[in-house]
Parts: sequence; structure tokens; C-alpha cells
Amino acid sequence: MTQKTSRRTFLKKGLAAGAAATVAGGARAATPDPLITDVQPWASGLGDGVDATPYGLPIEFEGDVIRRNVEWLTADTISSINFTPIHALDGTITPQGCAFERHHSGAIELSKQDYRLMINGLVDRPLIFSYADLERFPRENHVYFCECAANTGMEWAGAQLNGAQFTHGMIHNMEYTGVPLRTILAEAGLGAAGDLADKWVYVEGADASSNGRSIPMEKALDDVLVAFKANGEALRKEHGYPVRLVVPGWEGNMWVKWLRRVEVMDGPVESREETSKYTDTLEDGTSRKWTWAMDAKSVVTSPSPQAPITHGKGPLVITGLAWSGRGAITRVDVSKDGGKSWETARLAKPGEKMALTRFYLDTDWDGADMFLQSRAMDETGYVQPTKAQLRAVRGLNSIYHNNCIQTWWVRPSGEAENVEVS
Amino acid sequence: NPVFAEGFGLGREALPAEIAAWDLDVRPDGTGLPAGSGDVLTGEEVFADKCASCHGDFAEGVGNWPKLAGGWDTLADEDPLKTVGSYWPYLSTTWDYVNRSMPFGDAQSLEADEVYAIVAYILYSNDLVEDDFVLSEETFADFEMPNQDGFIVDDRIETEHAQWVGEPCMENCKEDVQVTMRAMVLDVTPEAETAAPEAEAAVAPAAAPA
Repeated sequence: MTQKTSRRTFLKKGLAAGAAATVAGGARAATPDPLITDVQPWASGLGDGVDATPYGLPIEFEGDVIRRNVEWLTADTISSINFTPIHALDGTITPQGCAFERHHSGAIELSKQDYRLMINGLVDRPLIFSYADLERFPRENHVYFCECAANTGMEWAGAQLNGAQFTHGMIHNMEYTGVPLRTILAEAGLGAAGDLADKWVYVEGADASSNGRSIPMEKALDDVLVAFKANGEALRKEHGYPVRLVVPGWEGNMWVKWLRRVEVMDGPVESREETSKYTDTLEDGTSRKWTWAMDAKSVVTSPSPQAPITHGKGPLVITGLAWSGRGAITRVDVSKDGGKSWETARLAKPGEKMALTRFYLDTDWDGADMFLQSRAMDETGYVQPTKAQLRAVRGLNSIYHNNCIQTWWVRPSGEAENVEVS
Repeated sequence: NPVFAEGFGLGREALPAEIAAWDLDVRPDGTGLPAGSGDVLTGEEVFADKCASCHGDFAEGVGNWPKLAGGWDTLADEDPLKTVGSYWPYLSTTWDYVNRSMPFGDAQSLEADEVYAIVAYILYSNDLVEDDFVLSEETFADFEMPNQDGFIVDDRIETEHAQWVGEPCMENCKEDVQVTMRAMVLDVTPEAETAAPEAEAAVAPAAAPA
């Protein structure tokens, strides 16, 4: 059913595009275009007043650019995941309204009035902050990606879900405003902690799941942010309103939402979310723990299964996203032949540390099959591996941290499919 | 920066009762455990009442809900079953997580003795204790989980990064490319849920809803 419906929709859209193609580019139109020669209603009548939309949503034609749920992935929708429509987005900033969600006991409603943040444990003065207190500390602004540790996790065993949204959409990238965690820890005083080298912080949320995680002090004092704004406005409810933790480059689970407590400790808690979950089982049955950093990764977002080529041969923009939790992206290579040969793509802007980077390969499509791949490199010199390389080290049961090279098989029809190639 | 050194004078001191209410975490060595105890048979009753509708009478799981027991010696299998008994390294985590976040939808409703009893029953369901076992803050320290030594600290820098750095191949990198897996054969990608357009790029105004 999936294939039939998709194919019918594709053909319908292809026909519409074909009609448009007859009046596009260097071709000569046989008949005048009535969209030009007839006065259209929008060129004669009136649009909406400025009081129509105090806070707007996208125009209805963009109704497909939405978060999507995959029902069979989890037991219910409360402790679950949805996916950012990365196949339809461009640039690097994710619109908050379609940025993915991952909750363990649902998206809770917590007002600024009811919000409290506690700092306790090995500090000089355990403290309670109100939301208003947090807004009085000096602020910083940073753009960072938040990638779920499980992004691409369903693809470990093979090509499974057909679309970049589903295979790579557990990610968003926002400009955060907030207070460095180190500033707040300093307010509580770290003298009592003594040597900080072996100290940890335990962070937890106000929701029922609590999502408690242990973070080594070195990271806590480096770049972790207690954030209350994203992309210019308050956090969305589902992203932790009014306060979340931002942990640059590290797996999304540690970006604790509705942050309510930070405890300075002399060791890790080994909580459920860092023992049962977010540990990565290797082929011999042992498991890695504390796999915090998200390694360099990329994906072609268009063309892709949800964004087929509908314009026929000729100029084609191949575009996608690259990111690394260990620093800035320095280069992205694109292959059209399944990795036999590679061309270096153009970065829209120089890569920034722990943030999404947009790449383009402007090409001329001859209408033949393509096996599209992208391969990211970061400033450490690390080159994004193939799935075979990852499997050789880890086996098939790691669940998390799948940063393999993705392949889309683009057919002469322009349709694209998620495949694995030899 | 003298201002920073002195702090900003923001926030107020946390009171002991406030810290006690929120600081519930239990460490692997048992630090944080409250006084109390519970036995397997009491745990069986509490579990039947508050847990079994999702996790099954024997902690074996119902439908897609998590299995808490079983899966011993499957971690190296093709399809490992990771449960409290087969996978979790520390008993403290079970106590801490049940106490703070279970039952799903009614978290933080359990008394300390109920949590001890439930955890004792989960151990019994995993064949790790006899049916007369009593778990308390004292007996806690005597217990060692089977997979306690099954975890290693992230070693990707040595095992992966060391071999995946440097200038990659650009030309003639392989001879042949064959399709080995196709998502469309598996066919498990959801369709659009509603009458809204499918999540495919709209190509022309004609493709938009009327």
C-alpha cells in the first residue's frame, strides 16, 4: 500500500511539474501562460489584515512540513519520539514548531511562576533559583545541534525507513540564549567540592521520568548552557519550557528538559538513562557506557525519498546537512555512484562547532540512476565511516550512535529510495 | 573578575526539607537509600497491583512494554534481551528508577517499603534470589548484579577515530556497487496520517490542497 500510494502521488506531482516545465528555462512556450495573461485574484483583491494572525503558522501549502510519528517504534506515544522534516528544510536553523520531540513521560506544562531550580550536593551553599533569578545572570548565545543518541538507530540492521525525516530526523539546531552552567555553579560555590577533576554533576528534569544523567565536571564547567530561549523566543513546551540544559556536541538525552536540579557529586549516579539506556552493546555482549559525544555525520536531504526529483534532467541542487559533536565540519564530499568517486561539496557557510552545516553540490543530472552519498569530515580529521566500517567494530546491536554514510538510490524517474550498497 | 568571585547574590539558600524532597538519587554503593525493607512475597502483591498490567505477572512484559526479567546470557546473541537481570549493572538503578519514575503515569506514589518489595520481586523474577529474600538498606550492599562487569567506558577515540582519520579516497574507490538492502521491500514507513498532503516536497501550486 505504501508503494502504491507513494507512486500515485509521485506521478500526480510529476505531471504537474511537467506542465510547469513546458514554460520554464530556455524552452519556448507554445501558448501564453494564463497565470500571467489573466489577472489573478491576488493581484486584484485584498489579502489578510495585520490583525488576522497574532502568531502565525506556515501557509497551508506547506502542510506536509510537519513532525511525523512512527507508531511501531515504541509502546506508546508518551515515552516516544517524533521526527523533524529535514527533507523539506534548508539552511541550518530548525523551526521550533516542527523540531523533533523525545519525551519519557510526556511534554509537561510548567509555568515560569512554578519553576524552581535547585543546586545542591558538594557546594558551599545549596541554592534555589526562581525563573526570574536566572534571567538576571549574564547571558550567552550559541547555535548547537541536539541529536538523539538513537537517530538512525533503526538502520543498524539494514535499510528500513524510507525518508531522511525518518532515518535522520531526530535532530534540531537552534540558537540558544541562556546562562553558562559554570556561572550558576559558581554562585553556589565549588570550594566544598575540593579537587574538581574527579567531580560530576547529576542533572534531572521536573517531569515524572526525571531523565537524570551524570556529567563530568570538566564538561559542566566548559560549555554547558542553562537555556531559556531558542531561536529568539521562549522554549516550546515540548522542548523544556521554561528551562532546559544544552550540552553541546553530546547525545540529546543529556539535554535535560524542564531542568529542576543540579547536584555536585563525587561520582556518577549510574542512573537508568546511563545504564539500561544510552549504553551501546558490542558484538561480544559487553557494552560501552558514557558514549557522550555525537560523531561526525551527514545526510543528503534532497533529493531523498520524500523529496524526489520532479523536474527532469539538467540542473540539480543536491543538498544536505553535516554536523559533528567534536568540533566544526571542515568538508563534505558527495558521491553520485555509491562511493566509487567523490566530489567536494560547497559549504553554505564555514562550519561552526557542534552546529549543523548546510552543504550544496550544484550538478547537471543526465537522468541516469544515482547512488547518492555524503561523507562529512570534522576539524579533528575524522572522516564519517560507512555502515560496514561501523559494524566491523560494533556489530549490529549498538542501537545508538549510528553515524554511517547514507545511500539514496535515485531512479531515472526521479524517485529516490533508502538502500544499502556493497 | 571581582564581581564574579563574589557571586551575584542571586537565589536563596535551599532548605533541608526541600533538598530531601527532590534529592532522591541512589548511588551504586547504596548512598541515598532510605531506611526500609520489603520481601519477595509482599513485592509480588504490590507488583500485581501496580506493575503487572504493563510488565506482566512475572515481569516478563506485556505487548511492547518493557520486559524486566529474562534474557540471561543473550547479550552476545543476534537479538539480545536486555532486562534488569540480564543487563542492568547496579541494583541501585532499579531502586532509584522505580522509586522516582514508576508506575508510568503515577510516579512517586510508592512508599519506600513498597519499592524495596518491588525490587525484591524483580530480583526473584530474574531467578537471582529465593522467595524468602528480604531487601533492605542493609542487605542491599550484599547483592551483586550479574552484568555488573559488562560495561566499558567509551573507547571510540582509540578503536575508531584512530583508524578513520586522514585524507579519504576520492577516485576509483571501489570497482562495483550493488544494492544489498532496500527499505521499500521492508515497507514499514508510515503513510501520512490524515488528508493532509503527504510529506513529499510540493512541486507546484497545483499539488496543494484546493
